[in-house]
Amino acid sequence: MVHFTRRKFIQKTSAVAAGAAAAGPMIWVKDAHAQWNNTVEKGATLRVLRWKRFVQGDEDTYLANAKKFEEKFGVKVRVDSESWEDVRPKAAVAANVGSGPDIILSTNDDANLYPDKLVDVTDLANYLGKKYGGWYPVCEQYLKPDGKKWIGIPLGAAGNCIVYRDSQVKAAGFATFPKTNDEFLKLMKALKEKNTPGGFALGHATGDQSWSFWLVWSHGGRMVDEQNKVVINSPATIKALEYAKELYGTFVPGTLSWLDPNNNKAFLDGQVSVTANGISIYYAAKNSADPKVKEMAADIQHANFPIGPAGVPTEMNLFFNQMIFKYSKYPKAAKEFIRFMMEEEQYGPWMQASIGYTCQPLVAYEKNPIWTVDPKHTPYRNATKVMRPIGFSGKMGYASAGAMADFIMLDMVAEAASGQKTPAEAAARAQQRAERYYKV
Amino acid sequence: MHAAVKEIEIPRATGLSLLARLNNNTMALGILFMLPAAIILLLFLTYPLGLGVWLGLTDTKIGRGGEFIGLENYRSLFNDSVFWLSVRTTIFYTAVASFFKFFLGLWLAVLLNQNIRFKSFMRAILLLPWIVPTTLSAIAFWWIYDSQFSIISWALVKMGLIDKYIDFLGDGWNARFSVIAANVWRGIPFVAISLLAGLQTISPSLYEAATIDGATPWQRFRFITYPLLTPIIAIVMTFSVLFTFTDFQLIYVITRGGPVNYTHLMATLSFQRAIPGGQLAEGAAIAFAMVPFLVGAILVSFFGLQRRKWQQGGKD
Repeated sequence: MVHFTRRKFIQKTSAVAAGAAAAGPMIWVKDAHAQWNNTVEKGATLRVLRWKRFVQGDEDTYLANAKKFEEKFGVKVRVDSESWEDVRPKAAVAANVGSGPDIILSTNDDANLYPDKLVDVTDLANYLGKKYGGWYPVCEQYLKPDGKKWIGIPLGAAGNCIVYRDSQVKAAGFATFPKTNDEFLKLMKALKEKNTPGGFALGHATGDQSWSFWLVWSHGGRMVDEQNKVVINSPATIKALEYAKELYGTFVPGTLSWLDPNNNKAFLDGQVSVTANGISIYYAAKNSADPKVKEMAADIQHANFPIGPAGVPTEMNLFFNQMIFKYSKYPKAAKEFIRFMMEEEQYGPWMQASIGYTCQPLVAYEKNPIWTVDPKHTPYRNATKVMRPIGFSGKMGYASAGAMADFIMLDMVAEAASGQKTPAEAAARAQQRAERYYKV
Repeated sequence: MHAAVKEIEIPRATGLSLLARLNNNTMALGILFMLPAAIILLLFLTYPLGLGVWLGLTDTKIGRGGEFIGLENYRSLFNDSVFWLSVRTTIFYTAVASFFKFFLGLWLAVLLNQNIRFKSFMRAILLLPWIVPTTLSAIAFWWIYDSQFSIISWALVKMGLIDKYIDFLGDGWNARFSVIAANVWRGIPFVAISLLAGLQTISPSLYEAATIDGATPWQRFRFITYPLLTPIIAIVMTFSVLFTFTDFQLIYVITRGGPVNYTHLMATLSFQRAIPGGQLAEGAAIAFAMVPFLVGAILVSFFGLQRRKWQQGGKD
């Protein structure tokens, strides 16, 4: 047995390091202190399928980072992008037929649909988690389903905040945006009285339906319990729906038909004072060629959703994951690619280029200057931190994906809010519809 | 005649090459010529349809193979209020839209069959709604019906006829009639142009004779145009009903089935459940549930086409 003293160890390791450095730029030397060991397969090439950018800067920087990876590791990378809603079926088919892109960047609970088809990335998740201050809870809820093994690496989330007209909220008698549901309802009523109403999408809006989850969750309602038993028809849900009915009374007319773009259009036209959205409304105003709209940018403010009787933040945002498929011939290269893209040198500039559309999954990136360069960005910083997964509080999988795609939560809120059904009827119907997915 | 036939020397099949024998065999040639069409039909029609039927009997999800579960999907759909809502909406949508498309299309066709100025230009213009990609016209209608920016509401408000914007797509029935109007607008050209083609096959001498006999324009239409047009009407309306019943794009762009599933057609519900929802088998079952309705429409058309009395405008 060889005994190393501290001095001997340092001498030996620095000699190895010096030798390695002399032999050329070898990544393992640099990474030795961060416990990351990986050797990319010889002759590896990678295909990456990702969701289509929301802002140009995202795509430009992502591709530039991929190019950097190519140059550094000699691995050819091809990046394709599709609309985020189309990635889901494509990824599922790839998983099923065992052929397709090596890495897929997808959304929400996709990884939970075929966990056995994905490469175990626990080592990489642990490495990144340790290096960058840990992952937010929702990351584990989505991608570490059994509490032990990571089936994907989180990329972040597209934040959804309250977007409001500061001057109109102030005119309604509120110096700051309300932090509780009760105050929020008071504000919405006051805005309606001042003839500057707010509005939230109640049509089949895929992205903008998330506020309906907040509404139910904030009152303590939830689709399923921890055992995936459907419990949506509960007194808490009915309370939430009664609240929704009162809230709906303050909305601008027509919200039952709103799809994803409607609230953006109405807000930018000055017809709505409060809505829920990504940072896109602010950017559309800021970059508008119309001086009137540009002027509006100064009056736009953002806030996190109010907190209801549940007593904790209950937001739902669009979660992004990165999955490596087992059929990939180059899983090590794929892991290396994801690691490289998640490192500060690449991820930091990418976040900045994404101008606040994508919120980090790792705590350390909270310090990214994008959140403070403009104080209006700051509320979006918490998107991943405070969010819940779509299948809260059960397990993610086909049932949670199906229930969301079928707009069960949103339809329930819309039915009760508009008075088409009583809150009790709407909750009972949602229970029945959800039970079809969560097969009782 | 018989003697002449006997004198002709019939070449004997034996001793000829396989190709030459094949060339002489009408049965073999028939099969050979039909083969490409049969392969295409089998590959692109029978196989997907068969696969769809099979999927509907399994619990397949996107990305995960399924097992045979018999009629479980149909049993589950039978108790699904959204499914029944979509069936009712689809029937209503098809019936109302086809009714308007037929009468407006026929009216237009009869108008365009007259000697009017700029006839060719008018006929070309008529085709525009049909030529524009459906998604584009659907987006236009989405703006026309917008709750905040609707041109119709704006015009009516400016004219002082209403005092607030119409909620075209936010109210269930309004939304249904709005998408039906969009479908009618898009579908009229197909009906009109097809019927116009039919009208032009009717000999003008029939009209001349009728005019000489003192027939009124209505009588000329009722006793000449309509009976002679019936076979075309049967075909055109079959297609129109099939297109309308299986409509997808208009609904998906304008309402996505909302508000609260009021405008979900069976096709849009099938897609929503199968692709974004991942429940491939259930989506297939919904799609297959459309087949009896479609077969019914085709049978009515065939029945109509075969009936001479119908073709002549009579009754059974």
